Amino acid sequence: MSTDSAPAPQSGTAEDVKHGPRIAVSALTTNLREYGLIIALIVIMLFFQYTTSGTLFKPVNLSNLVQQNSFIIVMALGMLLVIVAGYIDLSVGSVAGFIGALAAMMMVIWPLGIFSNPLVVSIVCLIVGALIGAAQGYWIAYHRIPSFIVTLAGMLIFRGICQALLGGGSSVGPLPDSFKALSSGFIPDVIGPLTLIPPTVNAAGKTIVGSGLTLHMTTIVLGLVAVLAYAYFGLRARRKRERHGYEAEPFPLFVIKTLVGSALALFLVFQFASYKGLPVVLMVMGVLISLFVFVTKRMTIGRRIYAMGGNAKAAQLSGINTERLTLLVFINMGVLSALGGLIIAARLGQAVPAAGLGSELDVIAAVFIGGASAMGGVGQVIGAVVGGFIMGVMNNGMSIMGVNVDWQQVVKGLVLLGAVIFDVYNKNKA
Amino acid sequence: MRQGAEFLMTSTILEMRDITKTFPGVKALSNVNLSVEEGEIHAIVGENGAGKSTLMKVLSGVYPSGTYEGDIVFRGQECHFKGIHDSEHIGIVIIHQELALVPMLSIAENIFLGNEHATYGVIDWNANEKRTKALLDKVGLKEDPKTLITNIGVGKQQLVEIAKALSKEVKLLILDEPTASLSEKDSQALLDLLLEFKRQGMTSILISHKLNEVNRVADKVTVIRDGRTIETLPRKDISEDRIITSMVGRSLDDRYPPREPQIGDVVFEVKDWSVYHPIHAERQVIKNISLNVRKGEVVGIAGLMGAGRTEFAMSLFGRTYGRHITGEVLLEGKPIDLSSVSKAVENRIAYVTEDRKTYGLNLIDHIKHNVTLANLGGVSSRGVIDDMREMSVANDYRKKTNIRASSVYQLTGNLSGGNQQKVVLSKWLFADPEVLILDEPTRGIDVGAKYEIYTIIARLAAEGKAIIVISSEMPELLGITDRIYVMNEGRIVGEMAASDASQEKIMRAIVRGEGKKAS
Repeated sequence: MSTDSAPAPQSGTAEDVKHGPRIAVSALTTNLREYGLIIALIVIMLFFQYTTSGTLFKPVNLSNLVQQNSFIIVMALGMLLVIVAGYIDLSVGSVAGFIGALAAMMMVIWPLGIFSNPLVVSIVCLIVGALIGAAQGYWIAYHRIPSFIVTLAGMLIFRGICQALLGGGSSVGPLPDSFKALSSGFIPDVIGPLTLIPPTVNAAGKTIVGSGLTLHMTTIVLGLVAVLAYAYFGLRARRKRERHGYEAEPFPLFVIKTLVGSALALFLVFQFASYKGLPVVLMVMGVLISLFVFVTKRMTIGRRIYAMGGNAKAAQLSGINTERLTLLVFINMGVLSALGGLIIAARLGQAVPAAGLGSELDVIAAVFIGGASAMGGVGQVIGAVVGGFIMGVMNNGMSIMGVNVDWQQVVKGLVLLGAVIFDVYNKNKA
Repeated sequence: MRQGAEFLMTSTILEMRDITKTFPGVKALSNVNLSVEEGEIHAIVGENGAGKSTLMKVLSGVYPSGTYEGDIVFRGQECHFKGIHDSEHIGIVIIHQELALVPMLSIAENIFLGNEHATYGVIDWNANEKRTKALLDKVGLKEDPKTLITNIGVGKQQLVEIAKALSKEVKLLILDEPTASLSEKDSQALLDLLLEFKRQGMTSILISHKLNEVNRVADKVTVIRDGRTIETLPRKDISEDRIITSMVGRSLDDRYPPREPQIGDVVFEVKDWSVYHPIHAERQVIKNISLNVRKGEVVGIAGLMGAGRTEFAMSLFGRTYGRHITGEVLLEGKPIDLSSVSKAVENRIAYVTEDRKTYGLNLIDHIKHNVTLANLGGVSSRGVIDDMREMSVANDYRKKTNIRASSVYQLTGNLSGGNQQKVVLSKWLFADPEVLILDEPTRGIDVGAKYEIYTIIARLAAEGKAIIVISSEMPELLGITDRIYVMNEGRIVGEMAASDASQEKIMRAIVRGEGKKAS
């Protein structure tokens, strides 16, 4: 103990980090994880673009890619909150399977009259998902049963119910087209198509490659609006920070970030527009992603979830009702699992006993690749989404390349391990 | 000289010379000397935080050789322990205050844990149990070696710890606050056992702040204060008064900011507050406590560790501790509902925890988010956080409490203890309480930061807040409070104006209170 009797000012590491290129560096390093992840996704995409001789970025394949992986990403949004809150949910794949079966039974088998309308069925299914989430969340939140155990039980229970509903090994279908549109539909072109290059038919009656480029104009317009909104809101947030006297990231960095992001987005939009337009499920996903980014970044409930995952006792002693919050997180997960189940059923056009089997592991892997911490309190929505796409692109790319499914699993496992090792290494270095 | 050294070697079993141990920013021990004779019971006394436990950790190798300065000579040999294993190997065994037994294993399994009678990894249970039986006889414990630890009381668990020490061929037994959680009867039995060991020639070090116990068994007492040895008293000089004076006798210079208290009416009042242990439902932890705090007043709660002060505060604050809580709390004369933390916050009560890392901060998040956590409503509307408002609040409190950080985006886990404490304080100040309960607000922080915390407390009192400070550092209570309640064993055992109070008076209230317990 020092013998000083006056307040000895502590040596300050304080006021020395300020302005100039150091901010640029610090802005880069603090966001290294997020940038790194997006760069990794781009590198992976370019790799498969090369190895699949250009198939990956073909408009029809991009649509496939989105339709195949959307349910993983939808469920990853819920899983992100679960993991940030400090829990895990192993039941999502089974719940998705069960909800798919329930939807199929309601639409195809059971004589429900008006209640077999796809929209009504979807709403009922989402409510059932919420109830399942509440049932599991109740034990976790109010009786402190480890989430691993409760949802492991849920995984067995709902897979069992799913199979029982479908009467053993059989599948139920076909599902109505209006329901299938959820997964395989495209947004209608309200503006009308624009033919850039009219199709030229050669002597053999085939369309010559490179000709016949018709654009889905609604998609183009939506894409442009989205990109402009992205740039506008980015600028506005910058202005606001500056007006309040807080340094924002350096302008050149901001410009580069916005330009690269916009260019990528426009490229993808163009690809979609030259096929059938934006898939419906991509729109659903986009809305949900924006919603969850907003909830986690801007809303008090999001903040409380991070606080609870970071230190549950401190959160509780700060007046946060951690039990209710836990329950809500699992209800949210239940709803998104149900939506995932509907998307799977819509894509297959029928309910099968194995729907969503093992998908909980893909979902959890997406969240961890996205930089979430298994200890809770850390993780970003965008990270989970990019993590989901990394998994999806690898699935898709390796399938086109003809890589055996067994080896695909090995590669995915290695990527997951590598991403987490990268995280831990970074954290220890800091 | 040479002859003197020879003489020392024959009678002195342990000699610690000029032990200095520094933690970042704090000198925990400076030039501590301790000399223990073979066959004696040597007591070490001192306030909480005086450095007793640190000294024992140096001795047992918890802090390995090289991380401290000074020499340890045990039975004539200089020792450089790299870990507990080394010190145990030559017969120094320490029994910590918190017992290190595995609850779901049996007595025999615990005693020989890591030291089993085994051939190629296969345990010979018969040999283990036979030896356990013999050891239990030595400590006078009549239990089946197969009994699970969880099924025997704390007193018996303590005996198992001692039996475990005996199994290691102990030459020097160190007991750290062995009777802290024992009943009167168990304590007496344990002390008798110590005396019995002494007759058999064993040397022990007893760390305690129960002076009556020290008085009863010790041959010598070494007093430690502020990381220094003050004196070693021989048996004939041991008296409670002498020890108390020695324990607390430091000067109160200008370590506390001056303030002129302006005390108003009673704001906060607790009546007949009783709490039972959350697990052992029959144990009453808080016994009919009544107290009050006035506007602009700083009230201290003094007491030793385990007196129930934190339990009292947490049971008040949203019932975050204990069960079967009864009693009444009044704010400005009206009864208030404190049954959950959010209700307590709504009623403008704040509790700043003693353990900021476990209960106070989200260490993986930055200052800004921590500061606003208890009052997110104050920076949001309809559940949407206004980032700019939050930023200005965080910066504002960073200035007000003088948090030293590169920005409000610094992770709280990377801050020093003092700055972490200021973040926790900021969090509660932003919740705008009328009544602040500060639990050990300066634990583990350096002198400069302490002064700053005191200044904040003085400013809050001047603003008319009612403040309760729980502290184990008596000079601190005397320096910053207006009135002091003394708590012991879940009861208020004394109340005094700070101007009348002295460390001796507080110590006496505690010690006397302890004596009363037997009734």
